[in-house]
Amino acid sequence: MTATGLPRWLFVPATLGLLFVVVPLVAMLLTVDWATFPSLVTSPASLDALFLSLRTSAAATILCILLGVPLAVVLARSSFRWISVVRGFVLLPLVLPPVVGGVALLYTFGRRGLIGEHLDALGIHIAFTTTAVVLAQTFVALPFLVTSLEGALRSAGSRYEDVAATLGARPTTVFRRITLPLVLPGLVSGSVLAFARALGEFGATLTFAGSLQGVTRTLPLEIYLQRETDPDAAVALSLVLILVAVVIVVAVYSRRKDRPL
Amino acid sequence: MRCRALAALAAALTAAALTSCGTGGGSDVLTVYAAASLRAPFTEIAERFEEANPGVTVEFSFAGSSDLGTQLEQGAPADVFASADTRTMDAAVASGLVAGEPIPFATNTLAIVTEPGNPENITSLDDLTGDGLSVVVCAPRVPCGAATERLEEASGVELAPVSEESSVTDVLGKVTSGQADAGLVYVTDAMGAGEKVTVVPAPEAAEIVNVYPVATLKDSRYHDRADAFVRFVTGTDGRTVLADAGFGAP
Repeated sequence: MTATGLPRWLFVPATLGLLFVVVPLVAMLLTVDWATFPSLVTSPASLDALFLSLRTSAAATILCILLGVPLAVVLARSSFRWISVVRGFVLLPLVLPPVVGGVALLYTFGRRGLIGEHLDALGIHIAFTTTAVVLAQTFVALPFLVTSLEGALRSAGSRYEDVAATLGARPTTVFRRITLPLVLPGLVSGSVLAFARALGEFGATLTFAGSLQGVTRTLPLEIYLQRETDPDAAVALSLVLILVAVVIVVAVYSRRKDRPL
Repeated sequence: MRCRALAALAAALTAAALTSCGTGGGSDVLTVYAAASLRAPFTEIAERFEEANPGVTVEFSFAGSSDLGTQLEQGAPADVFASADTRTMDAAVASGLVAGEPIPFATNTLAIVTEPGNPENITSLDDLTGDGLSVVVCAPRVPCGAATERLEEASGVELAPVSEESSVTDVLGKVTSGQADAGLVYVTDAMGAGEKVTVVPAPEAAEIVNVYPVATLKDSRYHDRADAFVRFVTGTDGRTVLADAGFGAP
């Protein structure tokens, strides 16, 4: 399919936009010291950070799906009055500086926090644990899953659901057999976006979870710390993070072009 | 119609943003890159300096020393650089950024901070190794963490921190928010936190001294003015303000 009728001049700013994103990545690629690259990215601290990042991001993505799918369905399908206000709150982490998110989480799940205080009394400590990292990542990643799924639900429409309902299917059956399969591509791409966002999470983790090798020091935190003494190592690790993100995003989005969603 | 108005607004905002970025480095401005821990005393020193030198405005960029070092290496325009450790300044000297010799102007040592009132009754470095106590320190790769590591070696106390933060501010934040029971920060940060923490002096820490050097930069367009500021910082006025903030004499 070619883009017929697209004004030619549009390609100029479009190209500029693309370059704006790509050139900094190329600039970083050019500074990588390839001779020391393998040893830099396979140091115990780097590997610990990479695996911790992958583990916590996967956990955060699962949490996002569990909480985000119902939320997206409610936002897309229900029609009560304050729904746009609810949507605003769900999207809030998108526009909040991550550090603010971290501070907010601190006052919620921290040792003196609104909920953390009671958890602490029950012997559940979240501060400085891997759980804190997952919570921070889920907080910032959830809106990505909710918005892309809500978009998919809206463009899919509710015709099939209505038909199923008139044929006597109960709401849960409709949700399970019609709604979910219909928006599965949207759910997959939303989950990938959420995973990628969780992988890059920095500010909230730093503020809320702390930084200890193998426990809370994810790849972005390790990069930030490496930069202090060894900028080469920081660049090498950044490249690993970018590679992981590119592989995931391309793997999912390249399959989307032949789908209507 | 509405679209056009929006476009005009966007253009106006962009123009405003771009021009306001370009005002730094004017003829009566002195740009000082200083370590984040110097924010309070340097702001006051600058006020006194401006009073003594009418017409001159001091502009600051406060950040972690190594961040500033990297920015200067990438060509950031500054006249004076004050770092929180000799390592960063040595690197700047090695890169040929510094004019003349850096001058040590202040020292800083570590102190234990606890929650207000010291509920865990911590009286020494040894107490920080107690069971169930969550202690936060700086990561060994940042200056305050390097000092912490030297302190551990000198005192023979081995800490098991729950977190190794990337800046003193983060360590302090974990203690003031009640997340951690205690932390190791610079004396000046501890003093700056006021009533939000209780300071427990550690006698061993007096041996571990961090030296702050200041220098005029080679690329400065106003060497006289930059040198004057360096003399002001290292002189009586600077000394008084720095001492009030808890910094030691070099």
